[in-house]
Amino acid sequence: MADILEVSALTKRFGGLVANNDISFNVRENEILSVIGPNGAGKSTLFKLIASFLSPTSGEVRFRGKRISGLAPHTVARMGIVRTFQETTIFKTMTVRDNVIIAHHLRSRANLLGFFFATKTAQEDEKEFARSADEIIDFLGLGHQRNEIASNLPHGHLRALGIAIGLATNPTVLLLDEPFAGMNHDETRRALDIVRGVRDRGVTVLLVEHDMPAVMKISDRIVVINFGQKIAEGTPKEIQENPQVIEAYLGAEDASIGM
Amino acid sequence: MSKALKAVLAVAFLAVVFVGVPMLIAATGRSDLYYTLTSVALLSIISAGVWITFYIGRINIGQGAFALLGGYVSAILVMTYGVSFWLTLPLAGIFCALVSVLIGLPILRLRGVYFAMVTLTLTEVARLLALAVPITNGARGIVSIPLPGSVTIFGVTVIPDFATLSNPRLAFYFTAVTLMVICFAGLYRLVHSRIGHICQSLQQNEELASSIGVDIAYMRILAYALSSFLGGIGGAMFAAISQSIYPSSFTIADSVNFMLNCFLGGLGYVLGPMLGTFVLYFGWDLLFQTGSFQLLIFSSILIALMLVLPNGLLSIRLRSQSQG
Ligand SMILES: Nc1ncnc2c1ncn2[C@@H]1O[C@H](COP(=O)(O)OP(=O)(O)OP(=O)(O)O)[C@@H](O)[C@H]1O
Ligand SMILES: [Mg+2]
Repeated sequence: MADILEVSALTKRFGGLVANNDISFNVRENEILSVIGPNGAGKSTLFKLIASFLSPTSGEVRFRGKRISGLAPHTVARMGIVRTFQETTIFKTMTVRDNVIIAHHLRSRANLLGFFFATKTAQEDEKEFARSADEIIDFLGLGHQRNEIASNLPHGHLRALGIAIGLATNPTVLLLDEPFAGMNHDETRRALDIVRGVRDRGVTVLLVEHDMPAVMKISDRIVVINFGQKIAEGTPKEIQENPQVIEAYLGAEDASIGM
Repeated sequence: MSKALKAVLAVAFLAVVFVGVPMLIAATGRSDLYYTLTSVALLSIISAGVWITFYIGRINIGQGAFALLGGYVSAILVMTYGVSFWLTLPLAGIFCALVSVLIGLPILRLRGVYFAMVTLTLTEVARLLALAVPITNGARGIVSIPLPGSVTIFGVTVIPDFATLSNPRLAFYFTAVTLMVICFAGLYRLVHSRIGHICQSLQQNEELASSIGVDIAYMRILAYALSSFLGGIGGAMFAAISQSIYPSSFTIADSVNFMLNCFLGGLGYVLGPMLGTFVLYFGWDLLFQTGSFQLLIFSSILIALMLVLPNGLLSIRLRSQSQG
């Protein structure tokens, strides 16, 4: 399989702190790749670098061979690399449906003037966005809440809405930062199905997650980082047996790796 | 509100503004009201600009600077270059929009109180510039600006020469309310189209907006340019009506008032700045009787109103609706 993203020698410093240190790995087309590591290891920073919300101190990210580091985030989003946020990030005062509809912005064929004058193209866009939004909302199991104001949703559903917003942009690569955080067992199981479903739509998924059983179940491959450095890369089985990984996790917290 | 009801209200509003008010004024002989209502219409246009910046999540206390700039651009073009006022009107708006792009590029990165503070100083900077630059004629300002001339298209006089009119006040009134209607109709359309949703997404979370592909820097500049355009148009009209413009024609107090108009009317409603300007303007006048207590009473009422109605006067209507 072809590599869709190449992360090479990525380094990010915040003052004296090295949040990412010389990290390199490739992402294959249409795989689910998880990035794991203890708190503060630098996972979210890595995602922000890939989605170009931050510029690397050195190193670069290439998407299909083209350098994307240093581009504006909306430009990278337009190329198909879209990130969801670790903190639940939604448009709070809009309805669930409007949240998902606005996230279709990238797909507009009409320009702003077109929308102002409601040209034919703009009207077709509006219709298509609404249709697609409803489909995504149903896919994520938010159908009965589509007209609810987003800030009224329970936590698990907010996470789902975050994913829905990401999906609505029609991404090629979707970066999910802790999508299962704060979910109970059943919700996580459903969310796992959703992420698999997203992949089955042809999307390449990058996942940051602390829920180890979930990560082991869903990932094709895993990259482990600790103190900003990549310490391992491989299949879930390889990672579970890697002594360095076990040590990093036992050193950091009690959480057991694997099942 | 249903679509039909909205249409009826809109037509009723147009009838009142274009027919009702002139008839009433003719009947009562209070032609001084024309000046007052013209001012309200123009101030509401300038305030509508401020409202747009609120709509993308920026507190703008610098609109006076653009009103002043617009006034000077129009006055200078008319006086020095003999350009028709009607041409200087859009030119003033466009010039303000261009200047706001230059200013906006650096300052629109700021948020919250930082942006507000920078814009607050803009009005003062504009005043000092007007005092210092030769072309503005310093503190003496530009005076005796001729009234707007006639506009003729294919031999047909579309707009008569204001100087030949027996009642130029009425003509200014019609001009101002026409501009106001166009401005608010455009704003309404803007807000209810996808552009409005995009602005809202900016207001709520710029990071998320850019992650769904919104060019937030571009949208911010666009909104600010539109805002300043309206400020420039309003300023140019004021210069034409008073036939003069001075460095002190628009001050920081005016900039603050433009913002208050939006607050008072309601930041969530397109018509907020119009209602806010109307109430604030007449409220201030009504309190004239109270003499030295005018400002004190006025401010206290304003503060109380904002505490009771944080979403503005127009929220009353929505509240009573949701209660049945
Ligand atoms: N903007 C910033 N400025 C300064 N330091 C930062 C910034 N962002 C992150 N850091 C630091 O970089 C390190 C890595 O942070 P990051 O958020 O990437 O960790 P993480 O692996 O996502 O952690 P968690 O699992 O808790 O989400 C932390 O020490 C953090 O404090
Ligand atoms: Mg993180």
